[in-house]
Amino acid sequence: MFSKKDKTVFFNPFSKNNPVIVQVLGICSALAVTAKLEPAIVMGISVTAVLAFANVIISLIRNSVPTSVRIIVQLVVVAGLVIIVDQVLKAYNYEVSKQLSVFIGLIITNCILMGRLEAFALANKPWPSFLDGIGNGLGYSIILIIVAAVRELLGSGTLMGYQVIPQFMYDWGYENNGLMILPPMALITVACIIWVHRSRNKDLQEKN
Amino acid sequence: MNKQGNTYTIIYITALVCVVGAVLAWVSLALKPKQDENVRVDKMQQMLSSIRVPSEKDNAIALYEQYVKDSYVVNVGGERIDGDAFSIEMSSEIKKEQSQRRLPVFVCEVEGTTKYILPVYGAGLWGPIWGYVSLNADGNTIYGAYFSHQGETPGLGAEIAKPKFSDQFRGKMLFKDGEFKSVAVLKKGQKPAGGEDYVDAITGGTITSRGVQSMIMSCLSDYQEFLKDLQNDKK
Repeated sequence: MFSKKDKTVFFNPFSKNNPVIVQVLGICSALAVTAKLEPAIVMGISVTAVLAFANVIISLIRNSVPTSVRIIVQLVVVAGLVIIVDQVLKAYNYEVSKQLSVFIGLIITNCILMGRLEAFALANKPWPSFLDGIGNGLGYSIILIIVAAVRELLGSGTLMGYQVIPQFMYDWGYENNGLMILPPMALITVACIIWVHRSRNKDLQEKN
Repeated sequence: MNKQGNTYTIIYITALVCVVGAVLAWVSLALKPKQDENVRVDKMQQMLSSIRVPSEKDNAIALYEQYVKDSYVVNVGGERIDGDAFSIEMSSEIKKEQSQRRLPVFVCEVEGTTKYILPVYGAGLWGPIWGYVSLNADGNTIYGAYFSHQGETPGLGAEIAKPKFSDQFRGKMLFKDGEFKSVAVLKKGQKPAGGEDYVDAITGGTITSRGVQSMIMSCLSDYQEFLKDLQNDKK
């Protein structure tokens, strides 16, 4: 069920080929939804679900799609899936759906999706495509969750809404760093992760 | 059949769009009741926060029933008319002729005193803004306010939804010397020309702040006669 190739397809996006920190795709949403942990997790799940199913659907119909309209076909499939995710969230997690508001709709324009559909699903069978979708979605989610955890902990002193930094720290003069809530700090956090990741993986470094 | 030909392409796209459309229609229909319920609970929570009662999704209905004692519909003349106050959408009422508008009033009891919640609806910079203003029994003093928006700029216009902005309205008077003046939203340091009460606008959110000002002005002025009746009852 898992050939060697399948494993590479699934695990590569976690580190060596991570969509956010290596390919630097999907930065826009990483910036927007990572002030708190909960929306980041929901966003990660949503993107993973949309990506996996879009990959499978495109892979199933890959041999019948006319080349001249393949981008339109991809967009229709992705847009349909995104609307379904949006509707489900509105029905079962209204609070988070209000917080994420337009960003769920903007999954359609998430570069990771079109990138994976073009580069992988159009040329591979459904099963590897599914694994590729899940792998890339999780690779994206991991970064989002790390960034959101850092920002929520330092910015609000909470994780998932629960107070983590104890009251006596505040009594001693500790203060939440309001700067962490602002969007630019998401980029700086992502940049720090890229820095650490590249210094640990020498083969990712460009030679001048 | 030639898979790259025009006929094939057109048929293919038409079929695809039909299938996707049908699936979406089905999903939308299946989830509609659940979504409507969420919207209803959310509306209750918004009203509760205008009378300074914090609520959670789980206790909103119970709290709403505890605090909101009565609700009815009035017209511009302040007379009661038939209708269900909760189901009235202000977005469609403000499009009607003034004399045709149905204006909901929610009567609440907070710590033994009567409060009236009135809905307001208007336009911000990017889309609609709305809220609830609660008044004391004198029909003049604002007890609390709640504002929300669809898509104002985060950090700028979107700040109207924060308590820091809406709490400023507490204690402001709508009437001066028996005349309806509303509450102005002004840049820090400015004073209104007409002598009405005012609050500070949001820095960088000028158009949204003006939107709040005209929303309160236009929506609450419809309630003028109703509020005057409240004031006269007191005297």
